[in-house]
Amino acid sequence: MSLPPFQELLDRHRTDVYRFCVAAAGAQDADDCFQETFMAALRAYPRLRDGENLRGWLLTIARRKAIDEHRSRARRAVPAEGIDTTAAADETGDPRLWEAVRGLPPKQRAAVVYRFVSDLRYAEIGRLLDCSEAAARQNVRAGIARLREVWT
Amino acid sequence: MRDIERELARAKKGRDDLAAGAASRFADEAGAAGLVDVAYASVDSPLGPLFVASTRKGLVRLAYPGETDLAAELASSISPRVLEAPARLDRVRRELDEYFEGTRRRFEVEIDWRLISGFATRVLRATSRVPYGRLVTYREVARRAGSPNAYRAAGNALGSNPIPIVVPCHRVVREGGGLGGYTGGLDRKRLLLRIEGAYEE
Repeated sequence: MSLPPFQELLDRHRTDVYRFCVAAAGAQDADDCFQETFMAALRAYPRLRDGENLRGWLLTIARRKAIDEHRSRARRAVPAEGIDTTAAADETGDPRLWEAVRGLPPKQRAAVVYRFVSDLRYAEIGRLLDCSEAAARQNVRAGIARLREVWT
Repeated sequence: MRDIERELARAKKGRDDLAAGAASRFADEAGAAGLVDVAYASVDSPLGPLFVASTRKGLVRLAYPGETDLAAELASSISPRVLEAPARLDRVRRELDEYFEGTRRRFEVEIDWRLISGFATRVLRATSRVPYGRLVTYREVARRAGSPNAYRAAGNALGSNPIPIVVPCHRVVREGGGLGGYTGGLDRKRLLLRIEGAYEE
């Protein structure tokens, strides 16, 4: 098996990764999240055994960067200079809803964004979150229920 | 109640230009971090857009338009860390520009010979020492590579030169005045030799 040139991953999946970062980390942090995701991917890439589902692999790394490591970034909270984040914010609609999304517990947040922004099936969400399809569905449902409480 | 799911799905339609900007910043950062094993770019030339690729050691591949899957070929033969990083090829681009303008007679970029092996390496190294505007025969190149009778093998090695123009296989011609062959087609061979003042109709 041979892996495609990394440029191909970047060309093919940059939009998906970027949208995931905007939704899961916020427009302000989206660029950092994107850079960290692809940098980590490029570091690990030659050791990757399986060239299947590279999109899923990238979205898993993006989730770690956006959500698991998000707290350290939030503490920093210095906006990146010279990068226009307002456009990204406009795209995603009501900012209050996205604040609420980012206030969800990590697993629910990842599940909701994977489902509605990345358009993944529950089985795939389960694989990426390392849980069953049923648990993935449950996380999405619980996340939406919580969003309904705060966003009306 | 507003439909939360529909509202969330609006984020699917984000603009691609922001992602494109982030991706090109990434290429710079990855290069600065030393994580790009093969950098490639397209260079405009009178012969059409040329594909050029460098490793940390030097120029490793140059190809004429029409050759396909070049990045994939480099990913499997060198490393999958292949990125389009034009800044890494600035020097190659500048030297090629000068060559086509007629102001450069010798390439100084480092060459990475790793895509060539065995007898072909000796043939192409001997070829790289043929001066600007001078012609040698296949037999002569074979002799300089250490095997005077292997001129057919020398021809094959020249035909699969991974770095044409810079390794000047266009300066190798047939005995008795025929041009011989060329990877990029004889029109290109003629044009290169005309630039060098070594060919007249």
